[in-house]
Amino acid sequence: MVFKARYIALIVYLLFLLIPIYWLLNMSFQHNSEILRSFSLWPENFTLNNYARIFTERGWAAGYVNSLIYVFMNTTISLLVALPAAYAFSRFRFTGDKHLFFWLLTNRMAPPAVFLLPFFNLYQSVGLFDTHIAVALAHCLFSVPLAVWILEGFMSGVPKEIDETAYIDGYSFPRFFITIFIPLIRGGIGVAVFFCLMFSWVELLLARTLTSVDARPISVVMTRSISATGVDWGLLAAAGVLTLIPGALVIYFVRNHLARGFALGRV
Amino acid sequence: MNWMYWTVPTAIFFAVIAVILISMTLWQVAAPSPERRGLLPLSTTPGDRLFIGLLSSAYFHLLWLGLTDLHPGWMTAFCILWLITVMRWG
Amino acid sequence: MERTRNERAWLLVLPVMIVVAFSAIIPLMTVVNYSVQDILDPYTRFFVGTEWFRDILRDDSLHAALGRQLVFSFTVLLIQIPLGIAIALCMPTRGIWVAITLVALALPLLVPWNVVGTIWQLFARQDIGLLGVTINAMGIDYNYTGSRMGAWLTVVAMDVWHWTSLVVLLCYSGLRAIPDAYYQAARIDGASRWAVFRHVQLPRLTGVLTIAVLLRFMDSFMIYAEPFVLTGGGPGSSTTFLSQYLATMAIGQFDVGRAAAFSLIYFLIILALSWVFYTIITRSQKG
Repeated sequence: MVFKARYIALIVYLLFLLIPIYWLLNMSFQHNSEILRSFSLWPENFTLNNYARIFTERGWAAGYVNSLIYVFMNTTISLLVALPAAYAFSRFRFTGDKHLFFWLLTNRMAPPAVFLLPFFNLYQSVGLFDTHIAVALAHCLFSVPLAVWILEGFMSGVPKEIDETAYIDGYSFPRFFITIFIPLIRGGIGVAVFFCLMFSWVELLLARTLTSVDARPISVVMTRSISATGVDWGLLAAAGVLTLIPGALVIYFVRNHLARGFALGRV
Repeated sequence: MNWMYWTVPTAIFFAVIAVILISMTLWQVAAPSPERRGLLPLSTTPGDRLFIGLLSSAYFHLLWLGLTDLHPGWMTAFCILWLITVMRWG
Repeated sequence: MERTRNERAWLLVLPVMIVVAFSAIIPLMTVVNYSVQDILDPYTRFFVGTEWFRDILRDDSLHAALGRQLVFSFTVLLIQIPLGIAIALCMPTRGIWVAITLVALALPLLVPWNVVGTIWQLFARQDIGLLGVTINAMGIDYNYTGSRMGAWLTVVAMDVWHWTSLVVLLCYSGLRAIPDAYYQAARIDGASRWAVFRHVQLPRLTGVLTIAVLLRFMDSFMIYAEPFVLTGGGPGSSTTFLSQYLATMAIGQFDVGRAAAFSLIYFLIILALSWVFYTIITRSQKG
């Protein structure tokens, strides 16, 4: 009996998770007029028109491209600086290491809203306002600490004897790090990339504040399209569905390592 | 640097913080201190005590500003004494 | 792992220091500068000392926003942590269904935060949303754009939908880490299901649960995009939480001094909370 109750509870919960997403899909295949005229549990006049509009109208497609550009920039920067730092934290003790590590974590916890005003003025004064790199750098606020935190966990799991053997064999630090150590923590890098991509992709406030036209991300295109012409629910739903795809793709690639990432509790 | 709108008091504030941090680092590099247990209910290193002292000072100032109309200088004076107490005996 | 003392490790940390200095230290110093001045335009500014702090600390609408924030954060914690543990206990332990449930669970986490708002907007509207129509059909008057309670409950439901999976995934990996021997010992003792949970599973989950509470509390404390899209903070100000309050003040009204003072207070709250949690986590790992 207990056995069955368990699975019923789980199924009810999963339905609770999936029904809102189904509803989004349902709406994305309907014309706005149909959505407003009649209430139906599935699209009666199935249409791909909403998707066609997103791919052909300039603002929408550009929004996706802009988002992807700064997300990739952010992930690259985060990984490049976080890899050596995570190695230092996992292998060495040095003055202030604990405090430094804590201070990095506070940046992961800090609300982006706190940094809104100075970011706005900073990037405007250095002429980076409304560029992709501005958003990428601003997102480093939380993605770099996150990457350091995750990578440190994975690196601590690699025995130190491997480093020592390599140094005895005459490897220099950069050569050891790139040819031996990085392949060993592939899984950890995958998980770090996953979370950097994800948190940069889902963030709205900073991306919205630091851009106006040229680097406008998809999330902003979506919020602005609401106020402009009254709400086209079908179009909005289709745009929402398309934002789910990158996350689903990335999770497919790191699916085997993700459980380990969560086991460390580092997100 | 124009957009940062520096003022003399804030510049002094950050200079003091920077001097404290740098001298603490040099001190700890030269002679690392072990964790110990003092007045505070957990064992701390000097760096931990500095952090606790500064953070609690910030909260004391907020309380002072929120609850009284007196000049914040009084609180600052008290906090310097508090910081010394925490560093020495905390 | 025993780590060796090596001050040259600072060189490896340096790149992170530079990037984070640019994205955290300099902005934070700037906020401090702003908070002690009345800045009318780049050439007209006055030093006002601690006036903005006095002003903010005694602002009733801010107290109200902080109160709403705390009630919201504790409510979602009270729902998400027990629910997360319960669902994690219900998860299958082997077979093909593990992978399927894990992916289904991870789905809400991957939805951009503003799209979470959009999904719930479409889902909960009383004219076109499945949830809204169903509840109204049951004879309950539900309209999240009109009633304060309806709006607040919808935001809570949305947050539960969005983030409980994180707690589930953390607890699930924590449960998987418990060796089978513990369960066998409990079975030999004839322990009830509850006793197994209370004395075998729960003690071994404290580590991941501390982290789950930390992450959920901090993230709910900075919630912005979801209610911004769903309710816009309304009706009235019933779903205006701290981040939105601050963003409106800073970018909407360009009230630089007040926003900066508020930012610092907000940051100090986060700093103290992070420190408490971090100390608990590191001490429990040592002990």
